[in-house]
Amino acid sequence: MPLTRIRSLAPTPVDGAGLGERLRLTAVCLVWALLAAPALALAIGSILSAALGPLAVGMVLAHGVVPATAALTRLHRRVAGALLGSPVIADYADTTGRNLVTRPMRWLTDGARWRDVAFLWFSATGGFVLALLPVALLAAPLAHLTGAVLDGGLFWWLLVLLGGPSLLVWWLITPALARARAVAEGNILGRSRVERLRHRVAEVAASRADTIDHGAEELRRIERDLHDGAQARIAAVGMSVGLAEKLLRTDPEAASRLLQEARTTSVEALEDLRSVVRGIYPPALADRGLTGGVEALALQLPLPVTVSLRVPRTLPRPVESAVYFAVSECLANTVKHAAANRAWLTGGLVEGRLVLVIGDDGRGGADPAGSGLAGVARRLAAFDGTLDVVSPAGGPTLVTLEVPCATVP
Amino acid sequence: MRDRPLRVLLAEDQALLRAGLTRILETGGLEVVATVGSAPELRVALTRPDLDIAILDVRLPPTFTTEGLVAAVEARRSRPGLAVLVLSQYVEPLYAGELLADGGGAIGYLLKDRVSDVDDFLEAVDRVAAGGTRLDPQVVAALVRSTHRRRPLDRLTEREREVLTLMAEGRSNVAIADRLFVSEKAVGKHTTSIFTKLDLPPTADDNRRVLAVLAWLRGGRA
Repeated sequence: MPLTRIRSLAPTPVDGAGLGERLRLTAVCLVWALLAAPALALAIGSILSAALGPLAVGMVLAHGVVPATAALTRLHRRVAGALLGSPVIADYADTTGRNLVTRPMRWLTDGARWRDVAFLWFSATGGFVLALLPVALLAAPLAHLTGAVLDGGLFWWLLVLLGGPSLLVWWLITPALARARAVAEGNILGRSRVERLRHRVAEVAASRADTIDHGAEELRRIERDLHDGAQARIAAVGMSVGLAEKLLRTDPEAASRLLQEARTTSVEALEDLRSVVRGIYPPALADRGLTGGVEALALQLPLPVTVSLRVPRTLPRPVESAVYFAVSECLANTVKHAAANRAWLTGGLVEGRLVLVIGDDGRGGADPAGSGLAGVARRLAAFDGTLDVVSPAGGPTLVTLEVPCATVP
Repeated sequence: MRDRPLRVLLAEDQALLRAGLTRILETGGLEVVATVGSAPELRVALTRPDLDIAILDVRLPPTFTTEGLVAAVEARRSRPGLAVLVLSQYVEPLYAGELLADGGGAIGYLLKDRVSDVDDFLEAVDRVAAGGTRLDPQVVAALVRSTHRRRPLDRLTEREREVLTLMAEGRSNVAIADRLFVSEKAVGKHTTSIFTKLDLPPTADDNRRVLAVLAWLRGGRA
């Protein structure tokens, strides 16, 4: 894949992988440098169309220049997003329902469109220099060598001698230059700080509302479980014992049967209480943390689940609990729908993120938008966590949970 | 004593409790003529002409909220005086108010726990079927705690307040005397004194007396 995240900026040993990475980035830089030409043309077109705006010709120009600019910046966004490993997103103002005259008016007041114009200038000037440097540093020694071989003059051979340092510089600075250019593109073409914050606030508000809903729903479920389970059984025990008391003299045999029944029911009531407690905060999770909790959970499932978690005991409790219930829901789905013979779960802390992967050898086809998995995603969203489901028809299913999480000392 | 067994409609969705209640009622010599487990069934059963009393759970399918209570209030609108004993796993003075609102008596509202005192429960069923009122001690305690008429209540002696509470639960003078280990005559004296202090018209009728006390405690609130 030519368009993947830029690897480390730190000096790497000179090897095949390092060379491949630098050649790849140089190729990207070459494309960037070549795209400076259309960018310059569009930049001039933009200024002209804005200046000539009041005239019909400005309007017509805008209808050509602005969409073309959008197409060009879309390409740049994709490349920069791929190199940075995080998508660069544009937030153009909505122009649906506007006509040929009012649409350019909206473009004029749209900050995102003006940042596009700013990017065109960057691409044609400083960005061009940034992109051209790696290309030149690599191309020059090759050109000099060609010249020396063809022409054979001393001057060419002196230049070839300079090629060594040139290649060294190319090796050292190409990743940093490519990254600098990608970061600049991301900053110009992506959301502004305010927009990013606005989106973040919207996300947080949504996940908070979900969290509150979920909390209320859980309390309701617990009330229902207690009412229908333990509470009803204890009331029934009372009835049996009361009746036994009444019958003790007249029908001791019936009284004894009732007492036996009461004993059985009281055991069931305790079992109910335990299961409610497990639903609130599983004892194994409380005692042994996430690893122990999940291992205990896996043991109770009707299919073999291999658990290999490397997670410290110092995770924040709310994260432990949320991830535990997410795993519990995912494994319950596997049991219910996947028709799997076995399941497995691995995970650990990776760069401050708790990453868990749950897989099974079932028939796949799990729907990430289904109520169960969507609920898991919502619950994890409260912790800025994500859920990724890969489940082609025919299987296997892979569910990845990720939650950013600092460990508690 | 009755000349025939009381005919009971039982509405309870949980099989375990339905079986327990049926057994207790039958041991007490009552006839359970119908058992239902959901609100729609209950609505139909409440139109049976041969019912002496309906014993029902507040929370029933399909919505598991208060459909039992709602069905009872509705049924009494078309059949005033239909005896209804509501059983629940929790009691709310608010719901008691809704049941008592029509002022017709023949209402019981008890925690399911009370059934375990089998004789007392059977006595409550009898009493409600005969037009009396029986409220759970928890409901009465909440009413006494929350009444806005604090000052007249503070004029009652400790003993008078105990009598008032038992009276509000719907107990007869004999039962009150039994509980407090005093003579029936002493209870009568207490009740007269209570009615005077609370400025209630004296009445010899047990049921009307209870309703008067409850209406006073609820202080005009529904």
